[in-house]
Amino acid sequence: MTDEHPPMEAAVYGDGSITYPPHPRGPDGSEAESTIDLSDYNAEIITWTTSTATPPGVRAPNHLAIVEFDVDGEPVRAIGQLTTDDVAIGDRVEAVYVNELRDPDAGIREPESQAWDGYRLRPVDDK
Amino acid sequence: MERVALIGASMTQFGQRDAWVRELLSEAGLACLDDAGVEPTAIDHLYVSNMASGEFEGQTGIPNALAHDLAAMPAYTARIDQTSSSGGAGVYAAWQSVASGASDMTMLVGGEKMTHRSTAEATDVIASLTHPVEYKHGVTLPSFAGLTARLYLDTYDAPRESLGKVAVKNHANGVDNPHAQFQKEVDLDTVLDSPIVADPLRLYDFCPITDGSAALMFCPESIAREYTDDYVTIEGIGGATDTHVVHERADPTTMGGVVDSSQIAYEMADMDPDDMDIAELHDMFTILEFLQSEDLGFFEKGTGWKAVEEGRTDRDGELPINTSGGLKSKGHPLGASGVAQVYEIYAQLTRTAGNRQVDADVGLACNVGGFGNCVTTTIMEAH
Repeated sequence: MTDEHPPMEAAVYGDGSITYPPHPRGPDGSEAESTIDLSDYNAEIITWTTSTATPPGVRAPNHLAIVEFDVDGEPVRAIGQLTTDDVAIGDRVEAVYVNELRDPDAGIREPESQAWDGYRLRPVDDK
Repeated sequence: MERVALIGASMTQFGQRDAWVRELLSEAGLACLDDAGVEPTAIDHLYVSNMASGEFEGQTGIPNALAHDLAAMPAYTARIDQTSSSGGAGVYAAWQSVASGASDMTMLVGGEKMTHRSTAEATDVIASLTHPVEYKHGVTLPSFAGLTARLYLDTYDAPRESLGKVAVKNHANGVDNPHAQFQKEVDLDTVLDSPIVADPLRLYDFCPITDGSAALMFCPESIAREYTDDYVTIEGIGGATDTHVVHERADPTTMGGVVDSSQIAYEMADMDPDDMDIAELHDMFTILEFLQSEDLGFFEKGTGWKAVEEGRTDRDGELPINTSGGLKSKGHPLGASGVAQVYEIYAQLTRTAGNRQVDADVGLACNVGGFGNCVTTTIMEAH
């Protein structure tokens, strides 16, 4: 994490499991004991798609991936926009901060109800 | 606990309709009363399955509106919202109301009005069910389907064409459903050449946006015999949830809610997957028919695509799936879909399915909300 960017925060629970995003209770019902910043780690692409029929305020086409971070042996999955569609299952990616992932004022959701910044996923050999 | 019977059913024409949600619900409700031969004042409970009438057209309070329009006062009313599985959840609520003894006559009406919205707007209304970390990335239900389809094809070495064959099969079935939005066949080349929507899935891998309504009448089996000799009983029903955040699932190609809800339903019915003669699955996207046919136990994991390739799920196959045309061809008016699935099983089991009739005594409906987030599985038997 850099000082100027909020973390890609995941919760670490009592049983050692980690989820992104954090929940009030973990998979086994235990409370979160700490958090980690997933942007400090690389991840592997589990699967990806390019969505062409995007909702209001979303870029088109929208490249998306489900990825898995390895946090000291504990798998943690996340979903996010890709920086490119030149990827394949199994590729390694890193998290790159973006201050606005979609236009908060264009969709149905109340703009103040959530954050709109976050992290895109970029192939590690594509810097 | 006395068995719960279905003694009447109806569905409106699905497609692009001039009617708004109140009118659609009334149309199906009146037709169901007529089909069952039940007076509106006999209704104890009236449930309305609907995902988003407030968001789509600014109309809330629809259960009370429907009770008034049908002259069903003072029936107890409630709206059942479980996103795309609102219909299945409504079936569960209606079954529960009768099974518990709280109601001797329950009507369920599911409906949605969607087509006045653009595709982008409707997609956003549906995508509003997602978690903030999904929504801010522009994740939609179709994009979940694309993500899952790519992983499924890669994991199980399935050909892209097999997904297209689901669309071809269900469109062929829809030809004989007079209520279906699309009553025309499509060939595999048309499916495979259609525009990309969520790679590797194309336009014809997706159900349309639809207006429509469907209704069912529930009562105890002892009362059913007062109305008809031909009725259907609910032998088993189960509801279950999976994670709200889809990427947190260990295996994206397994729908845990389908597995769990069907196990409950099979146990209640004292049946297993081999006992099913027919099934209506939630083919909002072609890939979902593979996943459900496997997670319901019809086929081994990773082989659902082969069953479609071999014609085992065709109307004349060993297990006809989506004889109605499915959501793919019939259409998907969110709150109505789970009700319309049961309508199709009811029609098949009462031998009133017309040109699409198959030989079936036991049938299963699986209604999925979100991307497997909430699921209801219902097993029915003819009497």
